[in-house]
Amino acid sequence: MRNLIFFFYKYYTFILFFFLELFSFVVLYQYNNYQKASFLNFTGGISSSFYESINSTTNYFGLRNINDSLLAENASLRSQMMNAYYQSGTTQTSINDTVYKQQYSYISANVVNNSVTKRNNYITIDKGAMHGIEPDMGVISSNGVVGIVTSVSLHFATIRSALNGNTKISCMLKKNNAFGSLEWNGDDPKFSSLKYVNKHVPITSNDEVVTSNYSTLFPEGIPVGQVYSHSLDAGDNFHVIKVNLYTDFSTLKNVYVIKNIFKDEQQTLEGNLKGGN
Amino acid sequence: MVIELITYIVRFLLIILIQLLVVNNIELSTYVNPYMYILFILTLPISMKPWVVVLISFFTGMVMDTFSSTPGLHMAATGFMGYIRGFYLQFSCSKEDFAGRIEPSISKKGIVWFIVYMTILTLLHHVFLFYLEIYSFKEFFRTLWRILSSTFFTVLIITLGQLLFYRNAKT
Repeated sequence: MRNLIFFFYKYYTFILFFFLELFSFVVLYQYNNYQKASFLNFTGGISSSFYESINSTTNYFGLRNINDSLLAENASLRSQMMNAYYQSGTTQTSINDTVYKQQYSYISANVVNNSVTKRNNYITIDKGAMHGIEPDMGVISSNGVVGIVTSVSLHFATIRSALNGNTKISCMLKKNNAFGSLEWNGDDPKFSSLKYVNKHVPITSNDEVVTSNYSTLFPEGIPVGQVYSHSLDAGDNFHVIKVNLYTDFSTLKNVYVIKNIFKDEQQTLEGNLKGGN
Repeated sequence: MVIELITYIVRFLLIILIQLLVVNNIELSTYVNPYMYILFILTLPISMKPWVVVLISFFTGMVMDTFSSTPGLHMAATGFMGYIRGFYLQFSCSKEDFAGRIEPSISKKGIVWFIVYMTILTLLHHVFLFYLEIYSFKEFFRTLWRILSSTFFTVLIITLGQLLFYRNAKT
């Protein structure tokens, strides 16, 4: 017993170090494996409100660019509106269309914190659970795909951006619907790579890459990028494709979070299938 | 004693703010991610008890984790570095250094000692941090290159900072 006490007395620094290290590994492991374990809730959104106050100042420097991109988007949306097609504006609310049922709704948000040079990049936005955002929702900008929501607090949410080693987005080539998975190799924030596209699929440069209809996160056909270069190693079954991303992550300011209204239904159905086997 | 405590708190806040608002926004390349916030741990007094340093290291890492949405990552790496720091100082410092409240700095220990001390501990911290972030050895050499260039920039920033700001305050 005395030896035991002496042992603890002699190595208390190591014991302290050991337990704290164990604690941090547990936190790291938990968070990496279960997206439900929201780190943002754990820290109470301190960091997000800090970044928001910083952002309210730095936002002024980019106002001109933000305005320009919003104007361009407004123009393109206006041209898609019903009243651009000469129709008298009667009320359009709550039409229960039985042929076209709304599947996706969009929540707009501002980026309050962002990084592009880390191996695993995260984005923080200023909308959270209060505005209807939940983990595992897709996020896009006016140009293309941005990432996937990982954790949500009341007023904020963090997004695993497409520039993250753990983000895999199901994509396809627009011209022939060949499927692949968009994964970032950590080199250049302007480019990502499209993996697992079969070698028999013909590919040329500047082919457009869009989101596929396999994903429950994104609607089909959201633009992702263009094929920048492609090659095929001998004996390999898949193309090596470098994709030039449409989204400029370093100047990202406004994003849209996508709510898939049928997602639970689809996942329950697929879950049943797995459970049945 | 109270003044000393306040000095450390102010220094802690300053270093964290510089890391978050200035250094994190250096977008040179994906291979340059300097983490100069470890300067706070590295300039704690030599005579400080190792367990206090370990506690402060974990706390500093936790603060960094909160602001970079990486739970446990900086905590594990900085805590590890804080623990190793004790051994390194025991091995490289004389009895007199442990007697007073000397801080490891260029003016007290000389530039060569300081740079070697910085490089070894920064390298340990970065190796731990970057490989833990990838969580596999899949991109071994790419990560190694990332570690080396980031370490270079971290040591560069810290040394320049020391030469610019600390020297006047300490003489």
